[in-house]
Amino acid sequence: MSNFASLTRTRILLAMRNKMFFFFSVVFPLVMFFLYAGIFARGNPRRVSYFLGPVIAFNVMGSFWGLSAALVMFREQGILRRFHVTPVTATDMLASSLLANFVLTLPTISVELFLTRFIFHVPSLGNLFSLAVLVTVGTVSFGSLGLVVASVTNTMQETQVLNPLIWLPLIFLSGATFPLAYLPDSIQHFGLFLPATYLVTALQSALYQSFPVWKLLIQILALALWAVLTFFVAAQLFRWEPESKIPRNAKLWALATALPFFLLGAWENSNGDILKQAQAAFHSLEQPASSEPHSRPSQ
Amino acid sequence: MNAPDQLSRYEPDALLRYAIRSFTIPREWGRPTMPTSILQVENLVKRYGDVEAMRGVSFNVEEGEVFGLLGPNGAGKTTTVEILEGLRNLDGGRVSVCGLDPQRESAALKLEIGAALQSTSLPDKIRVMEALRLFASFYKRGRKPEELLQRFGLEDKRNTFYNQLSGGQKQRLALAMALVNDPKVIFLDEPTAGLDPQVRREIYDIIEELRREKKTILMTTHYIEEAERLCDRVAIVDHGKVIALGTPRELKAHSGGATRIEVRLSKAESNGALKNLEGVADAREMDGTYVLHSMRPPQAIVSLVKHLEAEGNELVSLEIATPSLEDVFIEMTGRRLRD
Repeated sequence: MSNFASLTRTRILLAMRNKMFFFFSVVFPLVMFFLYAGIFARGNPRRVSYFLGPVIAFNVMGSFWGLSAALVMFREQGILRRFHVTPVTATDMLASSLLANFVLTLPTISVELFLTRFIFHVPSLGNLFSLAVLVTVGTVSFGSLGLVVASVTNTMQETQVLNPLIWLPLIFLSGATFPLAYLPDSIQHFGLFLPATYLVTALQSALYQSFPVWKLLIQILALALWAVLTFFVAAQLFRWEPESKIPRNAKLWALATALPFFLLGAWENSNGDILKQAQAAFHSLEQPASSEPHSRPSQ
Repeated sequence: MNAPDQLSRYEPDALLRYAIRSFTIPREWGRPTMPTSILQVENLVKRYGDVEAMRGVSFNVEEGEVFGLLGPNGAGKTTTVEILEGLRNLDGGRVSVCGLDPQRESAALKLEIGAALQSTSLPDKIRVMEALRLFASFYKRGRKPEELLQRFGLEDKRNTFYNQLSGGQKQRLALAMALVNDPKVIFLDEPTAGLDPQVRREIYDIIEELRREKKTILMTTHYIEEAERLCDRVAIVDHGKVIALGTPRELKAHSGGATRIEVRLSKAESNGALKNLEGVADAREMDGTYVLHSMRPPQAIVSLVKHLEAEGNELVSLEIATPSLEDVFIEMTGRRLRD
């Protein structure tokens, strides 16, 4: 078995024995699901379908929090140090944590889809292939962002300060908590600079409007490119030793991870139609039930 | 204080002389002429900012020997080991482990070495057997995890989580993990630090067994007893320098085989007065205690007591210690090994 495979297996095992993981990756997302589906959507199938995107986006983006905390803990406790004297490489270490995280995200998402279909009687789950692609690029890219955070902080305390600073804008200004179209105009435009916005709107389009992959290419490609960039930065900044300090250029590297969405945001703000799509989806909720989103011919 | 030079048998210019001599003998041509040690350290220098942690350390370790780096905390032992393991870069000098450069060939090196590091840990919820299997999976060759469990007395702990192991069990697991790839060189960094005496003896037994099997081991310690008992050769390290090198017996013989007499007095004395006493070879004051070395301890004690009587001074306590590596350290540095 390759180092990567055996590490991935161990990471999955360890996560399943971790109570914190169980709470944050299983209990918490399901509570969110019922909160959105039961209260925001009031059990209305169309609204449940609309809010399923943000709920799954929460799951996917949660990778960020889990992976940053796990890596910092492994470094602080000197666990990484032990692996450093073996043939294991930084890439093995990082990639295995991403794959383990991806695998561990799937059961909760499956349960959410199951509940949507059979408890809330939503007739269609939209385009499942688009969903699969988005969940994959989403967990890998947000997971890598967590790995970057782990590498630009020295201690768990620092990580616990930086994490919410990144997390809160991502969830509040992207449409993950409040629908994007419901937010003030200026915030909607600001949201286009955040990677989370592309994940949320794309998941929503896939689930609520059954968008096939080719209609979500911008979001998918942007997230995939971002995943590659963040992973590269995480590997560059990776440190095995608890006492080794962050390299000086680390903050610059970390800022580089914001660049793709800065550029994409600038372009989308002037030419793109992702915002218009999100607004259209939101307003379709208020139209009479006769125009079911899934039966609409796609534009 | 030129003693350490006499003791170190592996000075660079001695090697050079050997090489030149070998080279001029025709029948030696075409053969490797240098005795290549499995682990070579030449003039190692390491700086942390402005602080020179290692100031030109040199030693060689031969295949099948247990070599100890003995010194107080902060002497640079761990740094040396970490450089040899390829975990840290060096700032000067040359090192080679199994013929490899730890800095440039660290990937190849890591297949050949095994290590029990200081201040390291495993995830809380990994089971003993899982940890061994995981680490064994990183290597193509190696020992069976099952066999290691048995050998290190961990069979009944195979399914125990790491955080439920005692300190001694954790250390035994660390040693077992250092052997999973059947390494050519084993690094043990302070293998018994923080363990209680009984557990420490357990670890000694394990290391002695490895020694009987002719494993090559480089270990660091700040316990004199450990170095004397376990090591074939010892380098005494202080402030980033090797101050003495040899077998424990050689090193002790060097300190003259003198017995150490430690006395506390009710009033201060001058070192000079004590040094001149009959039977006393050497006297030093170290934080309130006078340390005398003597070849004829009974005579030294008699003359000391007489001297004190004459001075109106009194003995508060008196201890006699058999010669140990501690005496070598005191002689070289004027300080004790333990902090």
